Amino acid sequence: MDDGQRRDRAGGELTGEQRRAERRIAVALAVTTLCGIALFVVYFRGGQTQVEGTLFAAAFLSLGYAVAVWAEKLLDAREVSEDRHELTSGPAGRQALEDALGEEAGPVLRHPRRSFLVKLLAAAGGALGLALFLPVLSLGPAPGRTLFETGWRKGKKVVDENGKAVAFDELPDDGYLTVFPEGEVGRSDSQALLIKVPRGTLRLPADRLAAVPGGTHVAYSKICTHAGCPVGLYRAQTRSLICPCHQSQFDVLNGCKPYFGPAAEPLPQLPLSVDSEGNLVAEGDFFAPVGPSFWNRGRKP
Amino acid sequence: MSMLEKSVKYVDERLGAASFARTALRKVFPDHWSFLLGEIALFCLVVLIFTGVFLTFFYTPDARLLTYEGAYAPLRGQEISAAYESTLRLSFEVRAGLIMRQTHHWAALVFVAAIVIHLCRVFFTGAFRRPRELNWVIGVVLLLLAMAEGLTGYSLPDDLLSGIGLRIVNAVVLAIPVVGTWIASLLFGGEFPAPDIISRLFVFHVMLLPALLLGLVGLHIAILVLQKHTQFPGPGRTERNVVGKRLWPEQTFKSVALLLFTTAVLAGMGGLAQINPVWQYGPYEPFNVTSPAQPDWYIGFLDGALRLAGPWRFQVFGYEISELFWPAIVVPGIAFGILTLWPWLERRLTKDRAEHHLLDRPRDAPMRTAIGAAGLWMFFVMFLEGGNDIFGVLLDVSVESITRVLQVAFVVGPVAIGAATYFICRSLKTSQLHPARANAGLSLRRTAAGGYETTPLDPTPDGHADETRPAAPVPASEGRPSAP
Repeated sequence: MDDGQRRDRAGGELTGEQRRAERRIAVALAVTTLCGIALFVVYFRGGQTQVEGTLFAAAFLSLGYAVAVWAEKLLDAREVSEDRHELTSGPAGRQALEDALGEEAGPVLRHPRRSFLVKLLAAAGGALGLALFLPVLSLGPAPGRTLFETGWRKGKKVVDENGKAVAFDELPDDGYLTVFPEGEVGRSDSQALLIKVPRGTLRLPADRLAAVPGGTHVAYSKICTHAGCPVGLYRAQTRSLICPCHQSQFDVLNGCKPYFGPAAEPLPQLPLSVDSEGNLVAEGDFFAPVGPSFWNRGRKP
Repeated sequence: MSMLEKSVKYVDERLGAASFARTALRKVFPDHWSFLLGEIALFCLVVLIFTGVFLTFFYTPDARLLTYEGAYAPLRGQEISAAYESTLRLSFEVRAGLIMRQTHHWAALVFVAAIVIHLCRVFFTGAFRRPRELNWVIGVVLLLLAMAEGLTGYSLPDDLLSGIGLRIVNAVVLAIPVVGTWIASLLFGGEFPAPDIISRLFVFHVMLLPALLLGLVGLHIAILVLQKHTQFPGPGRTERNVVGKRLWPEQTFKSVALLLFTTAVLAGMGGLAQINPVWQYGPYEPFNVTSPAQPDWYIGFLDGALRLAGPWRFQVFGYEISELFWPAIVVPGIAFGILTLWPWLERRLTKDRAEHHLLDRPRDAPMRTAIGAAGLWMFFVMFLEGGNDIFGVLLDVSVESITRVLQVAFVVGPVAIGAATYFICRSLKTSQLHPARANAGLSLRRTAAGGYETTPLDPTPDGHADETRPAAPVPASEGRPSAP
């Protein structure tokens, strides 16, 4: 087959611009092919994320370029106009549908409102529908008391993240520690922050101050009362706790009342005392339910 | 017989599809760059499905603890969940696993972004007007589904950041009045953190939400085809026709090219730009926290709303309304409520009940554009506040001042932005000028009736007036020189 014949078949009617486009497409497709082959090599040599990304991007880009140039230069593109047809079926069409649904569908459906069967059907559907919803209740336990209680009880030892008992004289001045009830390290609702503050600085009601051993070792729930994040940042200069999620700030010396940010409630205080061995123990559960607000928070069951 | 002839004959003799297929292929779609935004979202979805299916082959939706002994040395010997372990294995030990995971995550970010920009295009050009109200509502639902897909997706690795995110979601569910406590317990399988949540999120992420999403995307496109696409006004374009290129070959070639370009960008980002390095955050421990902590961008405005709001908690008959109720339930509820009902709300304002297939330019409907701009501003302020801790560090300003400034901007800004937008639109509408291009001057013509008419000249791309392409003529009475 000689050269001229081939041109007649494939490119006889091509303009000069289209021949140039053809060459650009050919180069782009060659790049795609090479990238594809290179991806094989990279994969079988163990893979490399950045090289894979570059090759994938180059392959898709060159293929996309080829298709785009093809669309631009090698298609018989012309702008055409198409009429919009009416969307509606018209009054007659609608009437026919209504008849098919009602008039022509039997004696009961002809006048559904007058039929007691339709009412019974609605009742049956409602009852069965609600019954079918019952398995959803298996998805979780009734909330009950869970949100009101934590792992702290009177006499529970205060332990650190490693389960070690915390001695009264262990914390340095302005030191703080995340603590748990003994045997429940990591339990989310029981996490508390033990903070050592200078004696005489706490401004608490008498009964709350009595739950602060030495007037220095105060403990608060570590769960933000706003959205439940751990209140992880303690600023010793201002003696404030800051929640890193939404920047609520709590005044440690004043009962951990919030003084900036979206939180509305203080972090509940954990009552503490010191046992005969000099270790910190709980005097009971937190003074209030811990964590974010919920509907029945004010009504303990 | 050629191959083409043979296959057409085979299919047509069995399905009788030839004439239908021909009609479908000759369908006309108008051309405008902004009509491609929805397509980009669609192509992101294609990439999400392919990469996502690959990820499910390796991911284990299980919160049970095991001792990590994998390739990432800093975590070796730690007790971590099977879900987190499988994510690390997928990232470090599965060949091409990391690029698949990162491309999936980038595609999700671009997916929601493309949906949002597409929504803005539809809003500001009035494409939602009759008869397209239903497709608008489907579009809003698709946006919500895409956001839910993102949230459930980035929570799956069970790393520290995603665990904190879930903790906040739990608090938001608890803040729903009356039924919140129950819903939280049912959804999360008990008091947070209950172990079932990971496997449940997985079911939502790979089954329930994608089924809804794909079904509605199909419906969205079917309605688009049925109603035919809108078009911008122009020579030969009316309410009764659609001017553009045919589905085959032009639009098909262009769409395939766009699919390939989108994939190229996403794969390039997936390979070169690190995203969500879960190994740096560590496994989720309920008493640990990272700072700064930000969700993916499309959840950012909700997190920002939480930071922007005040401590507004109160009790009604001993029951509690949480401070989260306002920013996390009321504000998004109102925002998405207005968005969903916008076609009907606008009809109330304008009393315009007619069908519209020709699009507005934003200036053509100053009130709509003003309200849209005010809404975008509020979204933007909430989004910024979501990063108040980052900006605090970057700008060396206290988080408190940033929050105060943005609180003011949230209340005052929409009014100012709305009013400014309204007046800019009105003046552009009267002057007929392009907001960005240079004023090319007016062409003054004597009319057949003996008066004068002026036409603003459309500048060519190089800035000179092009007298061969006059823009829409202005009625003579509005032209400046009035004839006796």
